[in-house]
Amino acid sequence: MTIDTSIVEESEELAKPSQTPMTGAVAASGRGGFGRRRAGGKPPKFLFMRNSKAVAGLVILAFFLLIAIIGPWIAPYDPSARSADVLQPPSWQHLFGTTHLGQDVFSQIVVGTRGVIVVGFVAGLLATAIGVILGVTAGYIGGLGDETLSVLANVFLVIPQLPLIIIIAGQLPSVGGVTVAVVIAITGWAWGARVLRAQTLSLRKRDFVEAARANGESTWRIITAEILPNLTAIIASGFVGTVAFAVLSLITLSFIGIGNTGEWNWGTVLYQAQAQLALQRGAWWWFVPAGLCIALLGMSLTLINFGIDEFVNPRLRSTGLNARSLRKRGIRPRIGFTPVVHEAKEDRA
Amino acid sequence: MRFFLRRGLFYVITFWAAVTINFFIPRVMPGDPVRALIARNQGRIPSEAEASLRILFGLDKDATLWQQYLDYWALLFRGDLGISFTYFPTPVSDVIAQALPWTIGLVGIATILSFTIGTLLGTGIGWRRGTWADSLLPISTFFSAVPYFWLALIAISIFSVTLGWFPASGSYDRSLIPMWSWEFVGSVIYYGTLPALTVVISSISGWILGMRNMMVTVSSEDYVTVAQAKGLSERRVMLGYAARNAILPQVSSFALSLGFIVGGTLVMEIVFSYQGIGYLLFTAVAAKDYPLMQGIFLVITVAVLIANIVADIAYGILDPRTRQEG
Repeated sequence: MTIDTSIVEESEELAKPSQTPMTGAVAASGRGGFGRRRAGGKPPKFLFMRNSKAVAGLVILAFFLLIAIIGPWIAPYDPSARSADVLQPPSWQHLFGTTHLGQDVFSQIVVGTRGVIVVGFVAGLLATAIGVILGVTAGYIGGLGDETLSVLANVFLVIPQLPLIIIIAGQLPSVGGVTVAVVIAITGWAWGARVLRAQTLSLRKRDFVEAARANGESTWRIITAEILPNLTAIIASGFVGTVAFAVLSLITLSFIGIGNTGEWNWGTVLYQAQAQLALQRGAWWWFVPAGLCIALLGMSLTLINFGIDEFVNPRLRSTGLNARSLRKRGIRPRIGFTPVVHEAKEDRA
Repeated sequence: MRFFLRRGLFYVITFWAAVTINFFIPRVMPGDPVRALIARNQGRIPSEAEASLRILFGLDKDATLWQQYLDYWALLFRGDLGISFTYFPTPVSDVIAQALPWTIGLVGIATILSFTIGTLLGTGIGWRRGTWADSLLPISTFFSAVPYFWLALIAISIFSVTLGWFPASGSYDRSLIPMWSWEFVGSVIYYGTLPALTVVISSISGWILGMRNMMVTVSSEDYVTVAQAKGLSERRVMLGYAARNAILPQVSSFALSLGFIVGGTLVMEIVFSYQGIGYLLFTAVAAKDYPLMQGIFLVITVAVLIANIVADIAYGILDPRTRQEG
């Protein structure tokens, strides 16, 4: 192990961002109290946006959001319209080829984006709302109420969600997009609630909350003004995670054939491909684009979450930076090189 | 002991909750599809089986809800899950009993393989962070984002349709008679390779990523630095000090993500037409076979609970702190 002074210097330099409070982690929405320690210049705005992973994720997500809004207008064909071009491989006329009925796969995917995004975001919002209410309540009130709520959350975590969604959705007489979103939200809120509860529990004992309580602030105000702003990052990452889960669930449900098959989304495209033996016919263009879209959307959400994680946990962030600069100097990164002051960790615990 | 008592109580509560959910779902759903099914099969359903179905789906409107609930539990303790409409008149429990070993074999082996390999890889990547190994991370992000069944489609199109290495569907050669012979077992392994490979590939990235992040966090702890300073071999520090502690959250997340993995693999069975629980659930949903659907949900939940208990015991063995009194 070679320890030279440059590493010590570097640890000083890298320790600074790690001292930023967790408040307003997302897009610097807080009071702008961080980044001030940086030597010289004005305090950087949108520190979150400096993270290349987060930016890449946000750009991809924005692209899909745009398609979701304008999709039906830019689709070159009616996704359900049949034509004489049956099972054509991709060409300039049909970018992603055609189905066994001559439907344009590209149009199906473009039009289907809206269904995926709407269900994903509605389910994400609902599940996050349930998670915030239950998680923060449980963490803040403590005692028996906390025990009950966390057992409830754990029960929902352990019960396999997809089979539960399948048997609920399978027994409903008609399943529209919003119904699916509601079912997904009811089964998928527990993860966020669990994480939020743990964080609230630790925040509850902090000095600033104690001070607010000593000042005689109402419980409602302590929760909304003191605790919730400090949970922004966790709520955001929980939301993003739930959207990813909801998108996967929706696509899986559509793929199995539950739900309205007349409503286009990426899952129904795959359902048609599987049902019409696209595999055996060698029609790869029928199922590859839809899967790649799912992967891209899922990846963008994961990247955003990485960005949030690295923003909150300085250890994960600095290792990447540090490793790069170490490699430049020809030092093989090994243990003990993570330049983070230990106060930062205790602060989080 | 307190840890295990607490967890035991939790599993009892979870089991009760799952059964109760299962009890209420058909009762709050609009419409009465089962009554219609019974009416269609009038005279063909044995009266005893019809009585079970009435209890399972709450068709006895004259009984109070509490009485229905008690009857429901009594039925479950006798192992009576009603009769299946698709496989008429076989009881649901028999249909499930036939499919269950296939799923447990496939999903169990594949999941354990994926967990073991993923954790080992994650240990290595986390230990050597900042080298070429980090470039595996974006790839694993991609794999964690795609649905299992899509990967299964791709695997079939590459390895079965194009290359012809593995069969595209089924779980054994249909010309063979199921028995304990080398030929049959070999066929089962041959048919199971592609599905198992798909499960491993699609679930491994989560384990790699989780272990890698924990290794990065743990390797900057003081005890790792001390172990290194003592002059212990690097292997010993990596496995005995860093990985030994980094694996704890990994085991608890194994328990939590089990439900998710099982859900994913069930759908994958559908793509491979593998004769397990997932494929059964698919046929049940398509045929609106409600008793079978409900029975499958219950069995899956119980299986996941048992796997969770195993993971908990493993955690208790790995982490002595949980065994402490107080």
